[in-house]
Amino acid sequence: MGLLSNKNKSVLLGPLSQNNPVIVQVLGICSALAVTSKLEPALVMAVSVTAVIAFANVIISLLRNTIPNRIRIIVQLVVCAALVTIVSEILKAYAYDVNKQLSVFVGLIITNCILMGRLEAFALGNGPWESFLDGLGNGLGYGVILVIIAFFRELLGSGTLLGFKVIPQAFYDFGYVNNGLVILPPMAIFAVAIIVWVHRSRNKNLQEN
Amino acid sequence: MNRDGNIYTIVYASVMVILVAFGLAFTSQSLRSYQKKNEDIDKMKQILRSVRVQATAENAETIYKEMINESFLVDENGSKVDGDAFSADVVKSFAKKTFPVFVATVDGQTKYIFCLQGTGLWGPLWGYMSLNDDKNTVFGTDFSHAGETPGLGAEIVQLAFSNQFQDKKLFNESGEFKSIAVVKQGKTAEGQDYVDGISGGTITSQGVNKMIFDSMSGYLKFLTSQKQ
Repeated sequence: MGLLSNKNKSVLLGPLSQNNPVIVQVLGICSALAVTSKLEPALVMAVSVTAVIAFANVIISLLRNTIPNRIRIIVQLVVCAALVTIVSEILKAYAYDVNKQLSVFVGLIITNCILMGRLEAFALGNGPWESFLDGLGNGLGYGVILVIIAFFRELLGSGTLLGFKVIPQAFYDFGYVNNGLVILPPMAIFAVAIIVWVHRSRNKNLQEN
Repeated sequence: MNRDGNIYTIVYASVMVILVAFGLAFTSQSLRSYQKKNEDIDKMKQILRSVRVQATAENAETIYKEMINESFLVDENGSKVDGDAFSADVVKSFAKKTFPVFVATVDGQTKYIFCLQGTGLWGPLWGYMSLNDDKNTVFGTDFSHAGETPGLGAEIVQLAFSNQFQDKKLFNESGEFKSIAVVKQGKTAEGQDYVDGISGGTITSQGVNKMIFDSMSGYLKFLTSQKQ
């Protein structure tokens, strides 16, 4: 079996669309709402979550034959918590400003349902390489949605992208105003809903009756 | 080996926890010096922002050394006490009734920088306020927060908010301490200077309002003692 056999490819790419953790499995919604009012924190969050899921998956997958069944959730939590703490410490040392923006949400990666979901559903039953790909895929699937939402929220809410002004001053002179409502968390859930709608109308097999 | 046995489970859990503890302690220790440096530089940037200087992480230390020529702690009677103002934890130091003061020279004029600390919606707020040498007129302010809502309360860090404080006065005409109010946009405050709060960030704005009043009250004697 090659490093990227067909099965592995679907493990890696499935979560990007057909099996997306946010818009199909509806996991990790709370952080998708919380960190998406600006693009930069959304990007850093996406990278952090991807790193944590991928490595937690590998570690749990390596340990999967030794973990006592009765405390497996605790073991998974300890591994996640340790990785999240390391990510948070590294951000504090090398990306201090972004860490300040993300504030509590880095710590809250531990409670991201996608993480526990992947560890429990995939890493406990598969080898390290597949688990790594699965973690990577799910992290990216989560990240893609985060970035799409953050793109629209920052553009419509603040008129900027990554902090740079993109809506020309002339628009404002004509009476255009930034939509403050888009910054509020409820609008993020509307954004998720719109993405789900577009995604399902393009993928008829995901539609439920 | 019975993976479901009690002894196996207990030993497994203990070993895992000890290993993780060592791992985390090691990470924390090895990154500590970088983090401390970042925190110090961040604090210098905040102090400099309160005297209208936008420093970057690279030049903050140099500019800070050039501009801030004195720092000391004062007690509630306005007299100087022993201690290092920069390294003092503002919350602890306020609790002990000692208040850090930094003295800066901006374009040949003396500015006094005071520490502010209070609470917002989700957690602590803090900031710095610089006054002209009349110890009444605000020269500049800077606000920070631990976890206010991004896009709402968190907007207090923006210049659009903090610049509003420039040239506002803490004392009224007859020399009474009134502080500076943060009010809802469109509202006014009787008998004192005021600025507009953040729409959608009402509790954070009220937090800033209270923070300025409470923190500057601590400096009251220092502000009034040398004023003729």
